[in-house]
Amino acid sequence: MSWFIANFNYIVVVILMMTGLFIIFSSANLIRRMIGLALFQSSTGLFYISLSKVSGGTAAIVVPPDSAEARALAAQLDPAYVAAFGVKGVVYANPLPHVLILTAIVVGVATLAVGLAIAVRVREAYGTVEAPEIDDLGRSVTEGPENGR
Amino acid sequence: MTPAVPDVSFVLNVSLLVMLLAVAVAIAVTRSLLAAILLLSVYSFLGAAWLMVMDAADVAFTEAVVGAGVSTLVLLGALLLTRGETIKTDWKQQIGPLALVLAVGGLLIYAAAGLPGYGDPASPANSYVGRAYLQATYNDIGAPNVVTAVLASYRGFDTLGETTVIFAACIGVALMLDPGSSGAPAQASRIRPGQHIVLKVISKLLIPLIILFAFYVQFHGDLGAGGGFQAGVTLAVAVILHALVFGLDETTRAFPPHLMRAISSGGVMVYSAVGVVCILNGGGFLDYDFLFTPQLEAAIPPGLLGDPDSKHHWGQHFGILLIELGVLLTVSSTMVSIFFGFAGRAPRAASVGQGG
Amino acid sequence: MIGLETLYVAPASLVAHAPILAIVIPLLGACAAGLSPGGRSAWMICVATAVFTAWMSLATACEVMRQDAVVYVLGGFQPPLGITLRVDAIGALLGLLISVVGLLAAVVSGHSLVAEIRKEKHSLFLSGFLLCQAGLIGIVYTGDAFNAFVCLEISSIGTYALVASGGASDRRALPAAFNYLILGTIGATFYVIGIGFIYGATGTLNMVDMAARLAAHGQSAPVHAGFAFIMVGLGIKAAMFPLHGWLPGAYAYAPSLITLLLAATATKTAIYLMARFLFEVFPDGAAASEVFLTWILGPLAAAGLIVCSLQAIFEQDIRRALAFSSVAQVGFILLGFAVGGDQGLSASLFFVVAHGLIKGVLFMALGGLTIGIRARRIVDFAGIGRDAPWTVLAFSVGAASLVGTPLTMGFLAKWQMIEAALAGERYWIAAVMVAGSALTLLYVGRILEVMMFREPAPGAPRAKEAPAGVILPALVLGGISIWFGVDSSLPGQLSVAGAAGLFGVRP
Repeated sequence: MSWFIANFNYIVVVILMMTGLFIIFSSANLIRRMIGLALFQSSTGLFYISLSKVSGGTAAIVVPPDSAEARALAAQLDPAYVAAFGVKGVVYANPLPHVLILTAIVVGVATLAVGLAIAVRVREAYGTVEAPEIDDLGRSVTEGPENGR
Repeated sequence: MTPAVPDVSFVLNVSLLVMLLAVAVAIAVTRSLLAAILLLSVYSFLGAAWLMVMDAADVAFTEAVVGAGVSTLVLLGALLLTRGETIKTDWKQQIGPLALVLAVGGLLIYAAAGLPGYGDPASPANSYVGRAYLQATYNDIGAPNVVTAVLASYRGFDTLGETTVIFAACIGVALMLDPGSSGAPAQASRIRPGQHIVLKVISKLLIPLIILFAFYVQFHGDLGAGGGFQAGVTLAVAVILHALVFGLDETTRAFPPHLMRAISSGGVMVYSAVGVVCILNGGGFLDYDFLFTPQLEAAIPPGLLGDPDSKHHWGQHFGILLIELGVLLTVSSTMVSIFFGFAGRAPRAASVGQGG
Repeated sequence: MIGLETLYVAPASLVAHAPILAIVIPLLGACAAGLSPGGRSAWMICVATAVFTAWMSLATACEVMRQDAVVYVLGGFQPPLGITLRVDAIGALLGLLISVVGLLAAVVSGHSLVAEIRKEKHSLFLSGFLLCQAGLIGIVYTGDAFNAFVCLEISSIGTYALVASGGASDRRALPAAFNYLILGTIGATFYVIGIGFIYGATGTLNMVDMAARLAAHGQSAPVHAGFAFIMVGLGIKAAMFPLHGWLPGAYAYAPSLITLLLAATATKTAIYLMARFLFEVFPDGAAASEVFLTWILGPLAAAGLIVCSLQAIFEQDIRRALAFSSVAQVGFILLGFAVGGDQGLSASLFFVVAHGLIKGVLFMALGGLTIGIRARRIVDFAGIGRDAPWTVLAFSVGAASLVGTPLTMGFLAKWQMIEAALAGERYWIAAVMVAGSALTLLYVGRILEVMMFREPAPGAPRAKEAPAGVILPALVLGGISIWFGVDSSLPGQLSVAGAAGLFGVRP
């Protein structure tokens, strides 16, 4: 049970990732697959942020040392803890995964936009966005006339 | 060594994660595409709340605007254009993926359990490079928001890549959905100005405030949560709101699509130009300490930014300002351009068996 | 043979910044092409950019031969705080390959675009093309693991839309591009998850630093998981069997320019990243790479080689046949990895470059042939040898190199691979390689036989010779392939140095 609580974050994040992956592999509808992809990508972000959590830490915006704010933040914690793990008297969260996930979120939305644009064009060319029907159409008519846009 | 106060945030963390789980399962199970898209929006919003509990302010901001905002817009636009039907599910098709996913998930959980404990401040991830950033930022860059400092300066090349990815998405969507010089302006735009007086009045009040807020977020980025990405998307949202309420034709008169694409590439050029200027002044690429020549630095009045010691940081400060400007330009124009691409495309009833 | 160390390519101040310029110049070119009003001006920008990029990558290669590896610090912050570019010998060689193929493709694009893409989209298309190039060079030059992901995505996102542009002439490009997007993004996300595990275990993202910390860290479940995910993610991008499902569709229906770029460069960069993680970042013991190489990579690569060669033999569509051939050759390359050791690795890396050139020539010539006629199946090309002799000559040079005719680079590459397998006492690998080469002979021979010796069907459209703007670059690429077959010191030196470098980074 304590193993479950200790690793709760990781377990849930993995389940979220796998849900996204499941939606991608089990859907025939192209839009639904993009939804699954978006879910999968954003859960990966949650994984990184779970790594960067520091108990008792605050957002990685440096407050001026020895200010009232810094003292208030430090007062909530054990002084030895702050001395060991704090930076200039305050304990902060790890900023590096935040930067990485900012990048990943933006890359995710870019992929989503391009993928959906392609799905829209598929619909215009084939009249459907269900994968099995597209395959059937592909086998029956190999080349349509000039597809326009 | 544990902190003295019991972690209340852990309870919040658990409850938000459980909610996220519930929403994710709902997305997997639901048969309606519209419901799935709206649930995804809720998922992003809950994710943003969870990110705040994890002390990730900038990421929460970005997830809220990008995940809950732009992604939902784009998905809805695509749904309208593809006339989403209800999904036919064949349970036999789902056994294989389920087995695969269970196997991979089980291995992942086993592996993740071997990672350092949740919240451990002494883990390699939290004590090595991450900690070094916190210690070094004040001396190297002088900006309080460490995430912005890392994003814009230490890992500025990654951010250039990210901006390029957004530009690539602009190009990609334009390749797919742009009507080109022939046609689209002539056909009636799909979004017609509605009769809703209330919406129009409120929008007229809100849009300038949203734009103002976007600029606040942009310039406040290195002091608090914020930065180019969040500001760019907020700015785009203002334009999109205008298009939704007042009609696409009005908005495209003010923000023509080809101008949006030009601004998008302009943003990337500004970012790269900052790097090249640093090379020309004798430093490395994106080394902001070389952004200004000594003569220029001497010409800047001291105390301009309120900090008499900031001489060492002029280059960093203005370098970050300029690249955030580049990011703002690219992100806002790309989001608007993507929206125009989806919104300006009339749904075609393609006859099955022909090429449209 | 010119020693690269002594070649004067550019003034020293420019050479010092050559690695980053090779990435930023295509980027700026892409922006300029996106801005340009017409297709013609975009094409000129594209060619000018490609020339400059090739020049910069040549300067980088020369610099790498002088020192061991060129490290370029970005932003003025030393690693692991800042990002660096780290160009070793094989990275420089791949950078050269990408920029030279890119340059020749840019020249070819003047004609092939007109035939396949709508006029208004030309500047967008060329902009995407340059972005792809910038991303690919970024992948091989970078020294930071997450930066590799960003560059991977720069090149991929452009590629998805570019492949889908083939929908203007064949609508099957659209579902193929969508499939490519889904699988490619899953691959990139798996890579990110893997990096997450490694970051959790070591705390750094710089690849050299990672190698050092992993050696100290030793075995653990997160490291194994990270290794597995990175390998699967990059395996999808590299079209390793059985993760290659996206490749035949994407190659077959994309515009010929994009197939050319992808076949010659995109999978190679992913293979290079795999090699870096396999041999440089993960020292022996941390991820049980010996076990992986012998029991997983080896059998999968062998299966890929045999199965996909068989599929190529029975395939009717010529581009799909060549696409299956590409997957088979990727299997061949990964077999070289499975042999392990310096010799196997350097033979593989040499083969990587050879294959890039080969597929470049083949698809370039094929693109030239299909400008005139809309031919898809192999039988449509019957008798084309008489109508378009020069283009078919270029195609034949590539085909000969693919088969492994003596005096071509392909022959040297295969010879080195089999030699390495025998020297490493992996006899079953050598046997599979020989079998694979025999199968290659079958499908290449069939294509050539149809092209040159069969009579064209009555009433079939007669092909014309491809325009000079297509034949000349194709012949140049083919010529390079033969030159390196006769005198392979340039790629040979670099691949041996590269293999030694990859092994040597380990502490």
